[in-house]
Amino acid sequence: MIASSQPKALSRGRTRRFVAGLLFNAFLLVVLCLVMAPFVWMISASFLPDGGATKIPPVFIPLHPTLDQYHRLFAGMNFGRSFLNSFIVASAVTVSSLLVNSLAAFAFAKYRFTGRKRLFGWLLSLMVIPGQVTMFPVFLLLNRLHLINNYWGLIIPGMASVFGIFLFRQFMEDIPDELIEAARLDGCGDFGIFARIVLPLCTPILVTIALFTFLGTWNDFMWPLILMSNNDMYTLPVTLANLIGEHQADTELMMAGAVLTTLPVMVLFLFLQKYYIRGIMAGGVKG
Amino acid sequence: MKKTGKSMSRLFSQRVPYLFLSPALALLFIFFVLPVGAAFLMSFTDFDLYTLGDFGSLRWVGFNNYLALFQNALFWQALQNTAYFVLLAVPLSIAASLGMALALDAKAVRLKPLFRLGFFAPVVTTLVAVAVVWRYLYHPSYGLFNWLLSFVGIAPVDWLGNPVWAMPALVLLAVWKNFGYNMMIFLAGLQGVSQDLRDAARIDGAGPWQEFLNITIPQLAPTTTFVALTTVIGYCQFFAEPYVMTNGGPLNQTMSVVLLMYREGFRFWKMGYAAALAFVLFALILGISLSFMQVRREKAAI
Repeated sequence: MIASSQPKALSRGRTRRFVAGLLFNAFLLVVLCLVMAPFVWMISASFLPDGGATKIPPVFIPLHPTLDQYHRLFAGMNFGRSFLNSFIVASAVTVSSLLVNSLAAFAFAKYRFTGRKRLFGWLLSLMVIPGQVTMFPVFLLLNRLHLINNYWGLIIPGMASVFGIFLFRQFMEDIPDELIEAARLDGCGDFGIFARIVLPLCTPILVTIALFTFLGTWNDFMWPLILMSNNDMYTLPVTLANLIGEHQADTELMMAGAVLTTLPVMVLFLFLQKYYIRGIMAGGVKG
Repeated sequence: MKKTGKSMSRLFSQRVPYLFLSPALALLFIFFVLPVGAAFLMSFTDFDLYTLGDFGSLRWVGFNNYLALFQNALFWQALQNTAYFVLLAVPLSIAASLGMALALDAKAVRLKPLFRLGFFAPVVTTLVAVAVVWRYLYHPSYGLFNWLLSFVGIAPVDWLGNPVWAMPALVLLAVWKNFGYNMMIFLAGLQGVSQDLRDAARIDGAGPWQEFLNITIPQLAPTTTFVALTTVIGYCQFFAEPYVMTNGGPLNQTMSVVLLMYREGFRFWKMGYAAALAFVLFALILGISLSFMQVRREKAAI
């Protein structure tokens, strides 16, 4: 009697747990749909003709997709140029900052020199200062140097980053000193050790920091907004934000602009997400 | 001869690290350290549009900028708005991050990588682009929000045009955009919660809720402190959301400290005044950071 009732109770518990699991997954799926809805609507609206996105109920899948809005952006709104500007600035900041910050991190990680610890502590303490504090003097300095409306005005101040140095140093400290000593015995110079031994070993963190820097520069809004007053020098976020003033009623056009601005970084993330997540964790560890 | 070579290389390597550090240090000095000092001095001057043309007209005004700031109703409004945004958005963001991390940590969940990717996607978007999109989602007549709410019988609301709802609307965008980031940190933190402790609690008869309150929450405390501090600091500087969506309105209800600073400094070119505003923001962030550290130290002492 007892033996026969037990499997029944067990299977009832299992059924209940199965149903609860199913409901929980269904709930998460609903949340996922809500989180994704702005993207779906944005992409869909960008392929609609004028007035197509202002209907109720909203269109989530365009029946007759058109590239009109994209065509207008490139033909008359300078989007091609803005795209190029964003790409040039983000790439230049990424490449130059990787070099500058990794070199500094190498010095902190692998050399013993006077004032090393104190200097690093000072650098870390700079991180509590919000960037807005420096904007006015840096603007005036760049103005003096005639670097307003110039790529260099966006690139040079973004090159050195305390956080970049911090992340590189953390990674480099785990590189065994024996490797460096062996290279030195083989006649490798200091810069050779850095370029040929240390940097290749840093590839994972290099990709992570490159990704963070590229996305951060691409997405940055306030500094290019301040520095660029000529439409030909606008980056994508600035062009998009300015477009809304004149074309507020052109919902579909604005959505095409939003797609062009944000899709490149989302695709980049999709391919390199492993490295991005690693960066979050490396940043989180310091807390 | 070998000995000489070695001492040579050691002498050399005393100079090398400074050489390697010099580009980064020079850049940080010129574009960060020096400007911080210059901005501080600027905040005690009447630097304005005329000064831009002729530096000779610059005058020292002592604490006048700070006094003018504290007598300006718009400054207090911006400060109040920023505090409101932070106090509303930070708890909601952390609750969403922790909630979704706990949900995705559950054994019953299928397709975890898909959910993780989907919830994380808003984090890597361009803020200006999604703020533009959300501006239309909040549209009173054809926005997605009012359409969804119409199913539960709620009449259309002009979210961004209503002084009461504009700020909560910006908060919702911020939570949507950011919760995925801290969700990832919490997910990693949850891996660190000791399974032994959980098992022990279960043997002692603790239910899931008690286990959550007495094991998970205390074990996640360092993670939560870190997440809370970084989120507070980030939200204190919110700018693009009101710039794109409301331009500080309606009735200045979404005017943030940084938006005010941008306007005074780069629209009206009252840079001395705006620099004073920047230092008030700095003092605020510094105060918050120090008090978080104090709390953590006290907790560690116990």
